[in-house]
Amino acid sequence: MNTVKVVVKNVPDYGASRERNDLGYLTFDLKTDLSNLFNWNVKQLFLYLTAEYVTPNNELNQVVLWDKIILRGENALLDFKNMNTKYYFWDDGNGLKGHNNVTLTLSWNIIPNAGLLPNIQAIGLHSFKFPTEYTQTRV
Amino acid sequence: MLDSLFDDVKRMNKRQFIYQVLSFGMIVSSALMIWKGLMVVTGSESPIVVVLSGSMEPAFHRGDLLFLTNYPDEPVRVGEIVVFKVEGRDIPIVHRVLKLHEKNNGTVKFLTKGDNNSVDDRGLYAQGQLWLTKKDVVGRTRGFLPYVGMVTIYMNEYPKFKFAVLACLAIYVLVHRE
Repeated sequence: MNTVKVVVKNVPDYGASRERNDLGYLTFDLKTDLSNLFNWNVKQLFLYLTAEYVTPNNELNQVVLWDKIILRGENALLDFKNMNTKYYFWDDGNGLKGHNNVTLTLSWNIIPNAGLLPNIQAIGLHSFKFPTEYTQTRV
Repeated sequence: MLDSLFDDVKRMNKRQFIYQVLSFGMIVSSALMIWKGLMVVTGSESPIVVVLSGSMEPAFHRGDLLFLTNYPDEPVRVGEIVVFKVEGRDIPIVHRVLKLHEKNNGTVKFLTKGDNNSVDDRGLYAQGQLWLTKKDVVGRTRGFLPYVGMVTIYMNEYPKFKFAVLACLAIYVLVHRE
């Protein structure tokens, strides 16, 4: 897991409160083999990439940047290069600029044919820093 | 067949009949006790829910049964499937947590999205509501049983079917002799 390009912008979030919030932008590499997770009672894996960080506003922030559904029988050998995130990385305020410890983790939720629904976090994580200046250009 | 059933009733005396009525009441009340007991054990006001929409497909389909827990000391985290209520909507919604912000004083606000929906749930929330908080949560999904909930969906959609099933059960219990 790796981040390729990390940029932070400060733009109004018209989807929510219309206040100016920090909007992070990043692309990532992801390589993993999840095929050994599947057995007869695993109908689907819900994979998600979480950015977790601390800001003065909030002691815990978790933002899902990307997710993917893998059904049993589908290819579980993933190798993504320079992927864009699926969701916007909005902060709750202005805490992303110059943030020096944002942690990316991969987790999955196993959906069985019948039974329990565990959420499991993958081994390995990646931390990255945001730049100290806002980007003015379009990314 | 039917004659023999009613023969049973005719042959009963008053005591036996009252006994049957009581055991029927016992069955009803134990069902209620199991439900209330589950409420206490899981901490959720509705420990078992039936999925009514396809917004979480392909994980959950209409008619699947979900088992919930709602322990107050267990924090909500991203990626969990929560069941929540929105003001102005009677039916609780089953969706996954997409974003979460927790303040130092422990207050949590989070945003949800259905796996099968292309946008987050802000359009589903009450007018002007941007986040869910802990008080909106009915429970978190812990277990899953497919198709079983179809029975209750049919019962709600066809009330005659419901009354027929209930009447059959009641007659069986009242008439049947141990």
